[in-house]
Amino acid sequence: MTKKEKNFSRRDFLKTSGVATGALIGGGLIGGLIGSNVGGNGSASTTAPPAATDGEQGGAGGVLGLQFFKNDAEFQILAQATERIFPEDDLGPGAIGLNVPYFIDRQLAGAYGENSKEYMQPPFYEGESTQGYQSRLKRNEMFRQGLQLMQAEAQSRFNANFVDLEGAQKDEILTAFQEDEIDMKGVSSLFFFRLLRQATLEGAYADPIYSGNANMEGWKMKGFPGHQPAYINEIESEEFQEIEPHSLGM
Amino acid sequence: MATTLDKVDVVTVGVGWTGGIIAAECAKENLKVVGLERGRERSTSDFSIVHDEYRYAIRYELMQDLSRETITFRNSRKQRALPMRQMGSFLIGEGLGGSGTHWNGQNWRFLPYDFEIKSMTEEKYGKNKLSADYTLQDWGITYDELEPYFMKFEKTAGISGEDKNPFWGKRSEDYPTPPMKKTPILQKFETAATNLGLSPFMMPSANLSEVYENPDGKTINACQYCGFCERFGCEYGAKSSPEVTVVPTAMDTGNFEVKFNANVVEILKEGDKVTGVRYVDTVTFEEFIQPAEVVVLTSYMMNNAKLLMVSNIGEQYDPETGRGTLGKNYAYQILPSASGFFDEQMNTFMGAGALGMTVDDFNGDNFDHSDLDFIHGASLSITQTGQRPILHNPIPPDTPSWGADFKKASIHNYTRALNVGGQGASMPHKENFMALDGTYKDIYGVPLLQLTYNFTDQDKALHAHLTERAAEIMQEMGAKTVVGGNPISDYDIVPYQTTHNTGGTIMGSSREDSVVNNYLQHWDAENLFVVGAGNFAHNGGYNPTGTVGALAYRCAEGIIKYSRDGGSLV
Repeated sequence: MTKKEKNFSRRDFLKTSGVATGALIGGGLIGGLIGSNVGGNGSASTTAPPAATDGEQGGAGGVLGLQFFKNDAEFQILAQATERIFPEDDLGPGAIGLNVPYFIDRQLAGAYGENSKEYMQPPFYEGESTQGYQSRLKRNEMFRQGLQLMQAEAQSRFNANFVDLEGAQKDEILTAFQEDEIDMKGVSSLFFFRLLRQATLEGAYADPIYSGNANMEGWKMKGFPGHQPAYINEIESEEFQEIEPHSLGM
Repeated sequence: MATTLDKVDVVTVGVGWTGGIIAAECAKENLKVVGLERGRERSTSDFSIVHDEYRYAIRYELMQDLSRETITFRNSRKQRALPMRQMGSFLIGEGLGGSGTHWNGQNWRFLPYDFEIKSMTEEKYGKNKLSADYTLQDWGITYDELEPYFMKFEKTAGISGEDKNPFWGKRSEDYPTPPMKKTPILQKFETAATNLGLSPFMMPSANLSEVYENPDGKTINACQYCGFCERFGCEYGAKSSPEVTVVPTAMDTGNFEVKFNANVVEILKEGDKVTGVRYVDTVTFEEFIQPAEVVVLTSYMMNNAKLLMVSNIGEQYDPETGRGTLGKNYAYQILPSASGFFDEQMNTFMGAGALGMTVDDFNGDNFDHSDLDFIHGASLSITQTGQRPILHNPIPPDTPSWGADFKKASIHNYTRALNVGGQGASMPHKENFMALDGTYKDIYGVPLLQLTYNFTDQDKALHAHLTERAAEIMQEMGAKTVVGGNPISDYDIVPYQTTHNTGGTIMGSSREDSVVNNYLQHWDAENLFVVGAGNFAHNGGYNPTGTVGALAYRCAEGIIKYSRDGGSLV
C-alpha cells in the first residue's frame, strides 16, 4: 500500500516538475497510434492505455517516449506491423493498446538491441540454418532496415505508405517477409520477421515494468496472474482459478 | 606476469553442484579448498523479484554471457563450424550455484541398465543390435556400486518422492521427504496411464514437499508452487541448490574460500601430475596461478573438456581413426512428446519445476526391443511446471503463427493444453564429438570448444516410437485433439531443447576407452579429477543432475582417499 502511494506521489512530482512536457509529446505519439487504429472495430477507447487518456503514464507508471527511434514515421510502421501480428479483438487490446511498440523501442535501445550478450566476433559466414544467427548486424540494425523495407514494399506494391494500407495489404507484406521473399542485407527477412513476431509477444506479455502489457491487459486476456507469491493453497483445486494479476512494479 | 598464490589442498574450477559437493566433503575432512567461480556471488536474497519471465526466461539473466565465451557448432565434419552467437538449444548457467541454481529440480538415478548398457544389450540382443558406428560402452561402475552416493546426494538435497516405480534400481532407503501434491492435472495422467496398464509414480523432486533439514544441518524450505523454477532461482530457498546446501556447508568449516570473477584458462601440468591452474580475473584481466595438491574440474561439461584440450592433457578423440578419448561420446537428449488440447480450463500457470508424474514402462530396457531398430527409450512424464505467457502459446495444427487467429487460439489454449513429454536416451556415435575450434576464440584469447553433432538413425527411431506412446497416453487423458511431436531430422542449435549435454570426459574401466576412472580421477594425472555430466558414456532416459550428484560424492571420496594415500585409486 505504501508502495502504491509512493508511486502516485512520484507521478505528481513528474506532473509538476516539467518532465510532463516530454510526456505530452509521448502522449501525442500514442494519440496518433490509437487514432489510426480506431475504425477497426471501434473498441479502441476501451483498450487504450492510460497514457492515451491523460498523456502521462506508461505501463509501469512511467513516462512514455522514444529511446531508439528518431522519427515518428518509422515508429508508426513498427506499431502497425505489431498490431497486425497481435491485433485488437473482442478479447481485448492488440499490440498498440498494450504499448508493445514502446516496449520494443526501449528494448532496441538497450542490451537486446545492442546484442551485448551475444558473441559478435568475426569472421562471419552465412552457415546452415541449423547453426543459427550468424549476422554481423545488431538487432536494432535489423529492425531499422526491416521497417524501412516494409515501407519500400508498400510503395512498390501499393503506391502508398505502409501505415495507410488496408489490413490485408499489410499482411501481404508481412507474409512476404515471413516467406523470405524480401531481400535484406546481412540478414534474411525470415529471421527479421521471427524477431519482430517474438518481440511483439514479449511486449504483450512481459511484466509492465518493461513498458508493454499495459495495465496487465495481456495477462488478463490470457488468464495469467503475473507475480503471485504462491499457489500452494489453490493448486489442488479442480476449478480454474481466476486471480487478479500483479506486476513486480506495483 | 601471473601472480602465484599460496598453495591449497584442493582447487575446484567452478562452484555449482559438483564444485560445492567436492568443497563440502573435502573441507569437512580438513582439506583447504579454494573454489574458482567465474561468475558472481548470489543467494536466495537475490531472487526476491524473480517472477519476471522476460528478464530470466527470455533474456537469460542467470546464463553465461556469450559475448565473452561461447562454443562453435556444425552438424558434421563436412561443415564449417560457426559460433553459437546467441543462446538457443541449451542454456549454460553462470555464477555461484551454476546450472544447479536455475534447474527445474527433476532428480533421477540412471537405471542399472545404463551403467552396463553395452554388456546387457549384447547379452540380450547380440553384438549387432546397433552398428559399430555407435560407440556404446559400459561406465566402469554399476548401479549397486553407485547406490550409496545416489542416496547421499538425495539426502543432501532432501529429494521428495515415492518408491513406487517397478523399473528403477533398488533403493537402500525411501526418499528423504514425501512426494509433492498430486494436482488434478497429474491425476489425469495417473488415471490414463493406469488405464493403459502402465505404472505411474510421482516424479522425484528437488522442490521440496515440506521443510527439511539435511544431514549437514542445512534447511531447505517447502515449495510454494509459484511456477517459476527453470531459468529462475528460488526466492524461498525451497529448490535444492548448491547455494542453500553444500556451499554454506563448506563455508561453515572455515576451510573453504570462493574466489569470484575467476575464469580458469589453463590447467598446469608437470610430468605425471598437475600443479594448479592459471586464471584470469574477469574484472581486471590480471592473471593468477593457484597452485594445488589436487585440481578438480567442476564446471559445465563443455568447459571441463575445453580446459583439458587447451592444457594438452589426454588424447583428443579423432573420429577418422577412432583413437583418443577426450571429446568422445558427446550425447544429448531425445525429446519425444505429444500435446493435447482440452475443452476445460486448467490451472496451467501454477506449478513447480519437478511437479509431475512419470511412467518408466518405455525407458531403458524395460520393454522388449527385439523387433525394434533402436535401444533404450525415455521416461514419459506430465509436468506442471507453471506455464508462462511469453513462451507458452499452444496452438492446434493449421493455426497461423501470427494475426487474429493466432491470438485467439493461443489465448484460448494457454490454459487448455497439456503435454506428455519424454526425456529420451541419446546413444553415442563416432561422428558426435567435441574438439577445439581452430578459428574462434573467447575474450581471454583461448580457442572456443567446437561441437560436431547430429541426430542419428537410432535417435530418430527412438523419437518416433516414444512419440506414439506419449500420444496414446494423451489420447487416454481425454484430449479432444492430440498432436505428436514432429519427427526429428537434423539437430538445430536454434530452438531451446534441453540443457542435458553429456560426454566428452567419459568415465570407464580402462585408459584406452575413457578419460577418467570410476573415481573420476584422470588416467594421465593422478591428482586431477574431472566430474560432471561429461563423465556419462551415453545419456540416459532421465534428467542428469541426480546422477551427476552421485558422481560428485564418489569423486569427493576419491579425492579424500587420494589426499591421504596418493596414487591411482583403481
